[in-house]
Amino acid sequence: MQRIGVFVCHCGTNIAATVDVKKVVELVRFEPGVVHAEDYPYMCSEVGQQKIAEAIKEKQLTGVVVCSCSPRMHEATFRNCAEKAGLNPYMVEVANIREHCSWIHKDMEEATKKAVILARAAIAKVNLNTPLQAGESPVVKRALVIGGGIAGIQTAIDIAEAGYKVDIVEKTPSIGGRMSQLDKTFPTLDCSSCILTPKMVEVSTHPNITIHTYSEVDKVSGFVGNFTVDIKKKARSVDLDKCTGCGVCQQKCPMKKVPNEFNRELNTRSAIYTPFAQAVPNVPVIDREHCLMFKTGKCGVCSKVCQAGAVDYEQQDEIITEKYGAIVVATGFDIIKLDKYDEYAYSQSPDVITSLELERIMNAAGPTNGHLERMSDHKPPKNMVFIQCVGSRCADHRGKSYCSKICCMYTAKHAMLIRDKYPDVNVTVFYIDVRTPGKNFDEFYRRAVEQYHVNYIKGQVGKVAPQPDGSLLVQGVDLIDNKQIVMNADMVVLAAAIEPNPDIRKIATMLTASIDTNNFLTEAHAKLRPVESPTAGIFLSGVTQGPKDIPETVSQAGAAAVKVIGLLAKDKLKTNPCTAKCDVMMCNGCSTCANVCPYGAITYEDQEVRGPGVREVRRVAQVNVALCQGCGACTGACPSGAMDLQGFSNRQLISEVDAICR
Amino acid sequence: MSLTMAEKQAEQIRQISGSDPYKCMKCGKCSASCPSFNEMDIKPHQFVSYVVNDNIEALAESKSLWKCLGCFACVERCPRDVQPGRVVDAARQLVERQRGGDHLHAEDIPALLDDDVPQQLLVSAFRRYRR
Amino acid sequence: MKYSYYPGCTLKNKAQDLDLYARRAAVALGFELVEIPEWQCCGGVYPLGTDEIASKLSSVRALNYAKEQGQDLITLCSACHHVLKRVNDDMKNVADISDRANNYMQLDAPYKGETTVVHFLEVLRDRIGFDELKKKVVNPLTGKKIGAYYGCLALRPGKVLEFDDPENPQIMEDFIRALGAEPVIYPYRNECCGAYTALEDKNIPAKRTKMIFDSADGFGADMLITACPLCMYNLNKSEADSKVPVYYFTELLAEALGVKEGVEQ
Repeated sequence: MQRIGVFVCHCGTNIAATVDVKKVVELVRFEPGVVHAEDYPYMCSEVGQQKIAEAIKEKQLTGVVVCSCSPRMHEATFRNCAEKAGLNPYMVEVANIREHCSWIHKDMEEATKKAVILARAAIAKVNLNTPLQAGESPVVKRALVIGGGIAGIQTAIDIAEAGYKVDIVEKTPSIGGRMSQLDKTFPTLDCSSCILTPKMVEVSTHPNITIHTYSEVDKVSGFVGNFTVDIKKKARSVDLDKCTGCGVCQQKCPMKKVPNEFNRELNTRSAIYTPFAQAVPNVPVIDREHCLMFKTGKCGVCSKVCQAGAVDYEQQDEIITEKYGAIVVATGFDIIKLDKYDEYAYSQSPDVITSLELERIMNAAGPTNGHLERMSDHKPPKNMVFIQCVGSRCADHRGKSYCSKICCMYTAKHAMLIRDKYPDVNVTVFYIDVRTPGKNFDEFYRRAVEQYHVNYIKGQVGKVAPQPDGSLLVQGVDLIDNKQIVMNADMVVLAAAIEPNPDIRKIATMLTASIDTNNFLTEAHAKLRPVESPTAGIFLSGVTQGPKDIPETVSQAGAAAVKVIGLLAKDKLKTNPCTAKCDVMMCNGCSTCANVCPYGAITYEDQEVRGPGVREVRRVAQVNVALCQGCGACTGACPSGAMDLQGFSNRQLISEVDAICR
Repeated sequence: MSLTMAEKQAEQIRQISGSDPYKCMKCGKCSASCPSFNEMDIKPHQFVSYVVNDNIEALAESKSLWKCLGCFACVERCPRDVQPGRVVDAARQLVERQRGGDHLHAEDIPALLDDDVPQQLLVSAFRRYRR
Repeated sequence: MKYSYYPGCTLKNKAQDLDLYARRAAVALGFELVEIPEWQCCGGVYPLGTDEIASKLSSVRALNYAKEQGQDLITLCSACHHVLKRVNDDMKNVADISDRANNYMQLDAPYKGETTVVHFLEVLRDRIGFDELKKKVVNPLTGKKIGAYYGCLALRPGKVLEFDDPENPQIMEDFIRALGAEPVIYPYRNECCGAYTALEDKNIPAKRTKMIFDSADGFGADMLITACPLCMYNLNKSEADSKVPVYYFTELLAEALGVKEGVEQ
């Protein structure tokens, strides 16, 4: 028989205002095995923990139940406390009477009844608990960063600087990400590539960093400290070592009509290409979908003009396998497609553009060499209208429910830059709210209004109507004046909502990392563990976690790196002892458990089985405790009841249910 | 807790319209899209906030009720799925369902006709302007 | 292919052309319009109120008749198409309306939105195909620049009607191309003509139609086509300088198919 102590926490008024804690103490006293019960305002406090430790020693407790908040908050606290007092930590159970009870109920009598039931279930379980010992697993001292934008670059540099090896996997031919497409950055207006390229150079020359561009993560197995990852290196068709980056192949390539993704398809590129001048690596790839050699078998111009002999049409995709201790997801974002918002005529007029297209138009290396001009006739605009929140903050079937966060600031930036460089251009911004929480952000926006006289109108645009003369008639509302406005514009710029890179669904599945309904990766805790995934060893960096600007992304990238460094600094990790165990006497070798195991932790072997009247060699399941994550899928699937989960045995769970139903 | 007349009517409008005016974020896209904006004394976006604020008397007297074209531009474009057109229509029905609330009377019709008036115009106007 | 045909009030009266040429075209294209006996007027306007049941029943009767025949229900008039599709959507997806309507109707089997409602243009696009239609054209309308005037009821709300993209529709433009003419795309093709306000305030349709004609004319349209008798009326009454002739789309279809003077079913 166990000797169990029950400790009921008030959590200030969080629990005590809804649950009669004194009554809980009185009622659980008579449960089987309970030899001690008490309550205290804050069990997690030093005094509270001391009370637990003292009771363990004085009453020779063999088991502890703490009725308090969620075990996600303080299970570790109470288990450490018990361990210091000489009790095996796995003899401690938490009954969650806060999140599962006091916070969600109003009626005190009912809530108290439920708290007692939850406590009873935990007591019933502890009666069957056995001491467990955590094992150890080694940590591979190398990190993988998925995505080579500013988030991935910063995380990689910070990890590498701490002395650990880092690999970056980037899908496109160059690192740099969205930031490389931007012209200027708010709120300081420095040139985006001027501040990004030094980081790109740093990352590419760092002895601890390996970059795999034009590559994708293909397969992930293993667990925290010990991931095995297959990386697919797509055939570049150009030898990375031989190429000197002279660029002649791109000049001579006869296929020049390929939509240029980097310039948001505002112009075209050659079939062999580097996306932009500062690309890292400065080695082109052949876009096999458009290359004449691959399409027709006739051409070979790039190969002929290449002095270095770097062009290789025979190159094949290659899979490399690496081991990592930690994985950081930094896959970034794109803007939403605007085909569902054609009241703004995006697909009807080349002069209705997205803000990201405007970035390319304003950029000296962009399709217009940095001259502000209409894409229809390459004439400079006189009147520009910006429309905010296109697809953001939507509750309908067309858009996203969230605020994209960056649009208010970049629109102020665009408006200001245009008014500065082209004072004759009138700039009007239709907005719902101007949101500028950030250091020097509101001051920045106010400068657009006060110094540059950008015309901010509170209201939305209902329709953009292309006119026969090529201009655009904008019909909007001014909610301050309560007037409908019809105004002429030469260019309309849409602040399209951002959304996570669509690849994230596939990647999250491979990593068993959870994503929310908007495809953003979920944090382990929204406030206290914002850069960790609930899946151990997976970390989040940048917009993959939620909308954020560059300063925030860089801060978060550093935070993710610190978490990775903290993990890689350990030589060994304590493993969860709550793993599956096979009772070979009952196992019939059917393989059902192995088929459902998501971690490949179950193998079969022929083993001599001895028991009363039995002595034979059977094919039975064997659990690799280093791989088992304790998910319990096998215990549910096992038809003969041979599989059981330590710490959550079938007997323990049933006794909990019995206690609840009593 | 007993409700005032205005509160009851506001609730009625919410029920008839099936629309939730609390979802409105006051962007004004309904009014930006409305082809009858200039004919209206109370504008489409105001209809929504008037219902939130139980300001029904003003709505009932508004000429906007008879100027909405029922074209669904606001319904199509509302980013919050408030469907302002349904709110306007529900306010109109609230008025018409009261005694003497009809906006159009059968005896007025002959004077309004010309040779080309399609039946569709008459049935549409009847449904919109009468109980 | 046989369709249960719902002509609607105006097609039997002021919009006989819309109906007549559709029947002739259908013969030429090899499908049959079987008029629903004793159909009743849809009311012209979809009853928006969630508690308006009685005014939705005429649509339910027609929809249920088509269901009993095992046929899809075809319409020509934008308003009928709008009302029938929306009531059908209610019967399928809004339990409260569906239950109450069925309580009134007392049908042998409750009607749950089983019928598919199609606009005549949707039949041309989705069942016959504009490529096939093009092959059957004997008098191509070569050289004509035609603006499609959609109005509002054919397109919105897009989620329910699923006729075409409500902000940038293509179906009538593709139809015009199939007839051998050139479509003129202008931004006010999906803006309201003023609708029923014409009865008491001529001012509204006057402003609306001027805007529509100015825009269509500005982009070079020689004529407009429509599927809606009320749009036709308002456009015809316009005194805009930019006014161009307006036809029902079925008239041009019959002309292109060489059956304008033909015999209907």
